[in-house]
Amino acid sequence: MSIFIDKSTRLVVQGITGRDGSFHTKQMVAYGTPVVAGVTPGKGGQKFEGTTPIFNTVAEAVAATRANTAVIYVPAKFAADAIFEAADAGVKLIVCISEGVPVLDMTRVYPFIAERGARLIGPNCPGVITPGVAKVGIIPGQICVPGPIGVVSRSGTLTYEVVYQLTRAGLGQTTCVGIGGDPIIGTTFIDCLAAFEADPATRAVVMIGEIGGTDEQQAAEFVKAKMKKPVVGFIAGQTAPPGRRMGHAGAIISGSSGTAAEKIAAFERAGIAVMKRPADVVPLISSCLKQQVKRKR
Amino acid sequence: MNIHEYQARELLARAGIAVPPGVVATTPAEARRAMERLGVPKVVVKAQVHAGGRGKAGGVKLAESPEQAERVAGQILGMKIKGLTVTKVLIAPASEIASEAYVGVIVDRATRSPVFMVSPAGGIDIEEVAAKTPEKIFKQPVDARYGLLPHQAMALAFRLYADVALVRQAAELLQKLYRAFVEAGASLAEINPLVVTPKGEVVALDAKIVVDDNELERRPAIEALRDVAVEDPAEVLAREANLTYIKLDGNVGCCVNGAGLAMATMDLVKYYGGEPANFLDIGGSSNPEKVVTALKIITADPKVKAILFNIFGGITRCDDVANGIVAATRQFKVDRPIVIRLTGTNEQEALKILAGVGMHALTDMDAAVEQAVKVAKGGAAA
Repeated sequence: MSIFIDKSTRLVVQGITGRDGSFHTKQMVAYGTPVVAGVTPGKGGQKFEGTTPIFNTVAEAVAATRANTAVIYVPAKFAADAIFEAADAGVKLIVCISEGVPVLDMTRVYPFIAERGARLIGPNCPGVITPGVAKVGIIPGQICVPGPIGVVSRSGTLTYEVVYQLTRAGLGQTTCVGIGGDPIIGTTFIDCLAAFEADPATRAVVMIGEIGGTDEQQAAEFVKAKMKKPVVGFIAGQTAPPGRRMGHAGAIISGSSGTAAEKIAAFERAGIAVMKRPADVVPLISSCLKQQVKRKR
Repeated sequence: MNIHEYQARELLARAGIAVPPGVVATTPAEARRAMERLGVPKVVVKAQVHAGGRGKAGGVKLAESPEQAERVAGQILGMKIKGLTVTKVLIAPASEIASEAYVGVIVDRATRSPVFMVSPAGGIDIEEVAAKTPEKIFKQPVDARYGLLPHQAMALAFRLYADVALVRQAAELLQKLYRAFVEAGASLAEINPLVVTPKGEVVALDAKIVVDDNELERRPAIEALRDVAVEDPAEVLAREANLTYIKLDGNVGCCVNGAGLAMATMDLVKYYGGEPANFLDIGGSSNPEKVVTALKIITADPKVKAILFNIFGGITRCDDVANGIVAATRQFKVDRPIVIRLTGTNEQEALKILAGVGMHALTDMDAAVEQAVKVAKGGAAA
C-alpha cells in the first residue's frame, strides 16, 4: 500500500517537451510509472519518444486517456495557469515541481483547487514516489526501496539524504512525499500524516521540516491528538540567522516566529522523537519498529 | 526583496494614497537644500536602510532649520543600523498628528491568502502590539480572486475611527493599499503610522513594502528599485550567478546542492563543534561554472579555514561538480583545504575526475563534515 500514488495512477505530464519535463518523463517511464499523456500547446498529435501521445490541452488529454494525476514542469510564470488547467480538466491529484512560483499566484490557485476537490502537491517540490510502483516528479528512484516507512519533507536533496540513509540500513519506504519549500503549498504535513496514519502498510513516519512558518507546530499537535503510529522528526536551519531567506522561499524566521528551537520544542511536547542530524533517522526508526514488534507479542 | 521607505512611499502615492512630500539626500549639503526646497519650519530626517527599529537606533531625527538638517543628516549618514550602513536619508515635513494607526496587508501562510491587519494602536512596533495587546489588532483575510471587497474595507476602517468621514477615507485608502500590494508583487505592504492630521486628513507617514523575489522577473520596474549599494557584494555576485549565498560568521565554508541539505549541513558543522561560514546552495541543475563562482565567493571570505562540499546528486550531476572544482583550481589559487562529499548521479565519474588531480572524496555526510571541522580548527590537512 501507499499514499497518493499507486498502480491506478494514470499520469499526464504538463510541459512534457521542455528540458526538465522531457528528461524527467524518461526517468518516470523507466521507473515503471504509467505515463499516459503529455501536454504541450502546439504539439498536439505528436508522440513523445515515439510512444506517449501529446495533446494541446489537459482536457483533451484527460478525455482521451483517462489521466487522473498531473505533474507540472512548466516555467514558474506559467505554473499557476497550468494548475488551474489541470483542476479545470477534473484532475484530482496535481503535483507541481516548478520552482519560483509567485506567492500571490498561489493565493488565487488555492481556493480554486479547493473548490474543485483537487489535491495539489507543491509547488517547488520534488514530487512523490511509491518505491517499486510509480514516481511522479524528480526523486531519484535508485535511492528508494519498498518498505514500511512513510517520509514527508519540505525539502528535496535533504529528503534524498534521509531516504538514502534509511535504504542503506534496509529500512524501505511506503511513499516519500516532498511537499515543497514555498510559503503557500497545496498539501501540508498534516495531510500527509493523516494519509500515512490511514495507510495499513505504513508503520512509522519520518517528518522533515525546516525553519519558517508554523506547519511543523500544527503537525506536532496533530500527531499528539490523532496519530497512533510513531513519528520521527528533523528540523533543518538551527544555525540559520533570522530575517534571511535560506534558499527556499518559505525558509525564513520572521520576527521571533518560525525558529528551529520552537519547532523542535513542539515536536518534543508531542512525543515525536527528534533527530539531531540526518543519520539519527536509522537508530530512531529502528527502535520505533522494535517497540511495535514487542507490543504485538 | 526589500525596498526603501522613500520607494515604498512612491508606490503608495502612485496608487492614489495621500503621502506627504519627501526628498532623498545622500550628503548633508543635499539634506540642507532638501529642507529649503520643502519650505517647511520643521522636518524629520530618516535613515533609509533595510532594517526596523531605526528610531531607537538614532536614525530618525527632527530638524528646525536647514543648517540643523545638514548637521543631523551628517550624523545619520554613514551610521550603522543592525550592521547596515546608511547611505541615504529621507527629508520630510514633520507632521502634526492627531492620532496614529497601523494598517498592513501580508501573505498569510496559515490561511493561504492575503490578510489585512489594522490596529488603532499604531506608531510602534506592530509585533509588540500583537504580543502585548492582541485584542487591539483586527484581521481580515482576502479572497485573492476578488480582492478586498468594499464592505470588508469599511468594516476594518470602523475598527480605526469613530468619525464616519475618517472611516470613508480610511476604507478607500485600504483598497488602494491592496492595489499597490498586488501591483508591486508584494508579500507585505504596511503603513505605520497612518495618521490623522489636525485638518482631518488620513495620511501615510511611513511605508514598508517587501517584494516577493519570485515576482521580479515579470516586474522589471520593481526590480529596478533594487539598491545594490546596501547589499553584501558577495551576495550580489551569487545572485547574478543564480546561487543563493548568505554570509555567516564561522570558518567552515559550505557549498551544497539544495536549500534543505545546505541548512542541514550548516547544522551538522555546528553539531561537530564547528561554525559554518556561510549558507550556499548551488541549486538543482548542475553547471561547472556555478561551482567556480561558488568557490570564488567562499575563498573571498578571509575567515574561511576549510571548504566543505556536500553534494547529493539527483538532477545535479556529481561529475559536473567535480569538473567545476578542478576548473576553479586551474583558474585561481584555492589556498584553503577542500573536503568533498559526493554521492548519487555520476559519482564514479566524479571520483575519477578528482583522482586525476590528486583529490579524493568521501561518500558519507557525517564523515566529511567532521573532517572539515577538524581541518578548520587546524587539524590534519584534507
